Amino acid sequence: MEMDPVLMSRLLTALTLGFHIIFATLGVGVPLMISIAEFIGIKKKDPHYLMLARRWARGFVITVAIGVVTGTAIGLQLSLLWPNFMQIAGNVISLPLFMEVFAFFFEAIFLGIYLYTWDRFKKPYTHWFLSLPVIIGGGLSAVFITTVNAFMNTPEGFTTGANGFATINPIDAMLNPATPTKVFHVLSSAYVTVAAILATIAAFSLLKKKTSEYHKKALKLTVTLTFIFALLTALAGDFSAKFLAEHQPEKLAAAEWHFETEEGADLILFGWLNDDNVPAGVIRLPGLLSFLAHGDFTSEVTGLEEFPEEERPPLWIHYMFDLMVAIGMFLAAVSLLYIIISKVKKWNEHNKWLLRLLVLMGPLAMLAIEFGWIFAEEGRQPWILRGYMTVEEAATSSPHVGLMFILFLGLYTVLGVLCVVILRRMFRNSPVEEELEKKYPAIEKGDNK
Amino acid sequence: MSYEIIGITVLWIFLYGYLIVASVDFGAGFFAYYAKVTKKDHIINQLISRYLSPVWEVTNVFFVFFFVGIVGFFPDSAYYYGTALLVPGSIAIILLAIRGSFYAFENYGSKQSNVYMFLYGATGLLIPASLSTALTLSEGGFIMEKDGVVSLKYLELFTSPYSWSVVFLAIVSVLFISATFLTFYAARANDTEALKLVRKYALFWATPTIIASLTTFIALGEHNRRHYSNMMDLWWVFGLSVGFFMIALALIYIGRYYGLAFISVMLQFFFAFFGYGASHLPYILDPYITIYEGATHESTGIALIVVFIAGLFLLIPSLIFLMKLFLFDADYVKGKK
Repeated sequence: MEMDPVLMSRLLTALTLGFHIIFATLGVGVPLMISIAEFIGIKKKDPHYLMLARRWARGFVITVAIGVVTGTAIGLQLSLLWPNFMQIAGNVISLPLFMEVFAFFFEAIFLGIYLYTWDRFKKPYTHWFLSLPVIIGGGLSAVFITTVNAFMNTPEGFTTGANGFATINPIDAMLNPATPTKVFHVLSSAYVTVAAILATIAAFSLLKKKTSEYHKKALKLTVTLTFIFALLTALAGDFSAKFLAEHQPEKLAAAEWHFETEEGADLILFGWLNDDNVPAGVIRLPGLLSFLAHGDFTSEVTGLEEFPEEERPPLWIHYMFDLMVAIGMFLAAVSLLYIIISKVKKWNEHNKWLLRLLVLMGPLAMLAIEFGWIFAEEGRQPWILRGYMTVEEAATSSPHVGLMFILFLGLYTVLGVLCVVILRRMFRNSPVEEELEKKYPAIEKGDNK
Repeated sequence: MSYEIIGITVLWIFLYGYLIVASVDFGAGFFAYYAKVTKKDHIINQLISRYLSPVWEVTNVFFVFFFVGIVGFFPDSAYYYGTALLVPGSIAIILLAIRGSFYAFENYGSKQSNVYMFLYGATGLLIPASLSTALTLSEGGFIMEKDGVVSLKYLELFTSPYSWSVVFLAIVSVLFISATFLTFYAARANDTEALKLVRKYALFWATPTIIASLTTFIALGEHNRRHYSNMMDLWWVFGLSVGFFMIALALIYIGRYYGLAFISVMLQFFFAFFGYGASHLPYILDPYITIYEGATHESTGIALIVVFIAGLFLLIPSLIFLMKLFLFDADYVKGKK
């Protein structure tokens, strides 16, 4: 059975990246959360927070390992599946890729040190300081890799001649128009997602009747962080929309089913397209698309009609866009609700229904990451390098991609299952109460020693 | 010096770095499994996991550096190697993934599983075997471009004596490098039991290493005359390599200065590896890619070199810090921390 190498290359890349971004997101966000928890723990001399940092770090070891191996996989697959793309784009994007590896190297070194030196320094702040290079390294990896994706959307920093590139300025290429908003959006959404996932864990433990101080503090910290980063992500999303309206209008238009260029354009939520490609069953928010695109309710928004049919992205990305935004709103709303309820003395922020909503945050946030990523990639179709090279031209000609797809599907299934099994075993075998007592005996006896 | 030469030298340094640190890791995997089968795991496995757990991600990054760098400096290599290596490359990724996850799952995830231990040992040999194939291919004759379609000739590859001699050399070198490192590490930890065992491994794997080197040399002469005669012109480099091998062997045999012995092994491979690399030039893939025609634009090449130098200023102090904590901290090595 021979399958179309282009289709299979797309599927295999989607498979690897779809799996990798889960762990990449954790890799960017978790170090920040660990660092915040450890800092509060040292500052307040509160063993609960120190224990939080320790346990998060322990789980992180597992996810980071999967992030590394899948990251290695996608790094190689870029050349294996898209050799024609890398032959051309490699001239430009190799610089950020190279820098990304450096940033990751830096992160890996300090992560190794951080994880194995919990009790090796006299001053607790020394150990905390080691978390900073991990955060910076992880953040910078995300920045550099995002510039590559930005470049694919709005390629700049080169001139073309008869045989490919005439001149190249790789720094300009990194600082292409898509970079600022994309970097902001990727970082803030990674942080909100990780905060939400950790909030899910805490809320889940509280639902399971583990009503200890430890879990309550964990919940308070993580939900507060979720709220802060959800607001930042909303801001980043707004900037991204304005960027799209200016530099990549076909992506925004496809996401919004906005076919005709018009002033005072409505924002369309959900619904479906009837046979004549007319949106039906939608929620219409008058003028809001114009506002989203240009910050003005009456401004003109470019419609899809202005682009040749073969250069339009698929219309189903509308759902990806809407789901991503809806989840973002949900995160901000639920975390705000928790904060309000916890401020009012009479109300109990640990009631069952609120906890159930909070449990939903983490998985939904990760789904939003996936939807947002699918939106970003599909919204660039048919291009791999917008305006220069299509996905079809870039793919390998090897007939064996289908078989490789099956192999990798098997690999990721095994890794995913093992990850869950090991994490569960790791935390079940050493419940937090037991560990707190062992590590900080004073805490159970009431601090009177 | 032209930026092409600087570029390939930088990449070669990374590959050499990977060769050493990864060999230690791969060989240790095999020894750990072998010790388990021969019921000696209680002697050395503690030692192995104490060293490897903190550094495996760093090892992996050396490799990523190399392949990102080669695509950056010489983008044509993405086209030729990328197209031809889809299947072997994918298999190598999967092996690396199994191995990488081993550290996380096995070391942090409580009880030891025999299956994983076997995979850990097996991948330790299979990964160097599969990666070394890329070097075989670079000699030419296996990757063909016809009517704009690049393909790999599997039959030629699997029936070539040169190809098999490289695989053999890769495996025995890994075991030799690893055993000499573990000897040094065991001596450092004052672990006499483990030292006795790993020193025996080191002495044992020395002979196959030198035999495999010679066989590969001869097989290359059959396969690629041009490269072979270039190597002959650099005979003194290979002479130095053999010299350091003798020194290492002598030191391990008399049972002293294990640190120096390991450094000699590093130098042995340094000279062999750079002699091989220098005589390989100007080809990256014979006859399709040379470092001059296949190189990226000067602006990108220089930017990459600048980043590389800046990066080194950041990384070398960090690496030294890491090594101070884990490799040269006597208490940590002895397992007291």
